[in-house]
Amino acid sequence: MDMVAAIFKRQIKDTCKNKTIFIQFVMFPVLTLIMNKAVKIDGMPDNFFVNLFATMYVGMAPLTSMAAVIAEEKEKNTLRVLRMSNVKPQEYLLGIGSSIWLVCMLGAAVICAAGSYGLREELAFMAIMAVGNFASLLLGAAIGIWSKTQMMATSITVPVMMVFAFLPMLSMFNATIAKMGKITYSVQIGSMLERIDTLHLGPDNMGIVAANVVVFTALFLIAYRKCGLE
Amino acid sequence: MSHAIITRKLSHSFAGKQVLNNISFEVQTGEIFGLLGPSGAGKTTLIKLLTGQLRQTDGDAELLGTDTRKLGAPEHRQIGTMMDNFGLYERLSVYDNLLFYADICHVPRGRVTEILKGIRLYESRKTAVSKLSKGMKNRLSLARALMNDAKVLFLDEPTSGLDPATTREIHAILAEQRQKGTTIFLTTHNMFEAESLCDHVALLNGGSIVEYGEPAALCRKYNYLNKLRVTLKDGEVVLLENGSDSAPQIKEYLEQERIAAIHSTEPTLETVFVELTGRGLD
Repeated sequence: MDMVAAIFKRQIKDTCKNKTIFIQFVMFPVLTLIMNKAVKIDGMPDNFFVNLFATMYVGMAPLTSMAAVIAEEKEKNTLRVLRMSNVKPQEYLLGIGSSIWLVCMLGAAVICAAGSYGLREELAFMAIMAVGNFASLLLGAAIGIWSKTQMMATSITVPVMMVFAFLPMLSMFNATIAKMGKITYSVQIGSMLERIDTLHLGPDNMGIVAANVVVFTALFLIAYRKCGLE
Repeated sequence: MSHAIITRKLSHSFAGKQVLNNISFEVQTGEIFGLLGPSGAGKTTLIKLLTGQLRQTDGDAELLGTDTRKLGAPEHRQIGTMMDNFGLYERLSVYDNLLFYADICHVPRGRVTEILKGIRLYESRKTAVSKLSKGMKNRLSLARALMNDAKVLFLDEPTSGLDPATTREIHAILAEQRQKGTTIFLTTHNMFEAESLCDHVALLNGGSIVEYGEPAALCRKYNYLNKLRVTLKDGEVVLLENGSDSAPQIKEYLEQERIAAIHSTEPTLETVFVELTGRGLD
């Protein structure tokens, strides 16, 4: 655990100094705070912007950050030095993943605080975000491991991130997209957040998110077996 | 243990191309061993094989008595590496970089300050690595390799592209490490570095070792001319036989106070390399 803790601390420091990554964590929480206060439209559902930006945040921040961090470490050879220093792949991934997940959850907490929720709803909100962030992290890790350079990671991450981050919003405007988008975890996360006041999570919601996690885990394992952390 | 590194008929091929071919040599504990060769000769690949980053396709190699294919945590704790590309966290400060590796290597944090002072980077400890010069990055990379008091240091081109002053500083640090009994395996294409630092060198060309030995002994071995080159004060260069027959002539020059310099005609390592391979080291 010493290695994981050291990597965790180092990654937190690095994230704070990496503007490109840091803005991912700050943008949506700040947007939520601003839009939630500034825009009031008659007939707009409660916590509309909170749900919208929380879902986009889940589909974007953990995925792009995880992929970028791993790809950068591979490209700049810091990962090779770590492996030479006897850091095991699982220690590295756990250290990086937990730090990004924690920062994502801090962002999620800010988004949650912008909404008008009771304590139970807040806990449910954070639990849903925790699962969504985890799913995104897995996919980001798979892309990062697959990529040899940051540029390659970005070229894969951007279209994937756009699909997962914007599908929930596009689903509001188009029935066909909504129907197709149901199979993605981000749409299901959005759906769960919308119904958070009832605290009723349907088996379809959880089942689809779980299926997404299984697929991302499989992608992660395939990428790891094929490319490792070299 | 008398040998820190042993290789026997070590070969490695990649994508159908033979990168290293039948490499055999021994590095004694506490010596500085130089692997000389031009870019693309296979120097970095050899370091990767010896440190367990790659697996050879044939032959054997031992590091500190352990087969390099079976290197584990105990062996990795005893080696330090400085690769050609720095592998430093550019956004973090000099101090934070070393602090991180101190934590990774389970080294007391006080060692970071000690090493920074030793390698003359203490004044720049708060500077982000991205703002350091190449020479400072090299020193920091070396500092990281020294962090765990390694028994064997692998240094890939430690002074490549550095100014003479920084190169001298790094050489001084390496000499200090040798005094402490650290075995140093370095790759270089700088013949002066090899001649001045290394106890033994191997000349690598096209993936094969073409010559091995003490630098001075190699230069003597290839001194086919075996003459004395006398440079006179008027610029004239006279070649004399390296024997007692030349003594009267030298005495005469001395009496006339005409001698500017006397050298033997033994070649430099680079000349030896060119002689053996038909190509230069750059």
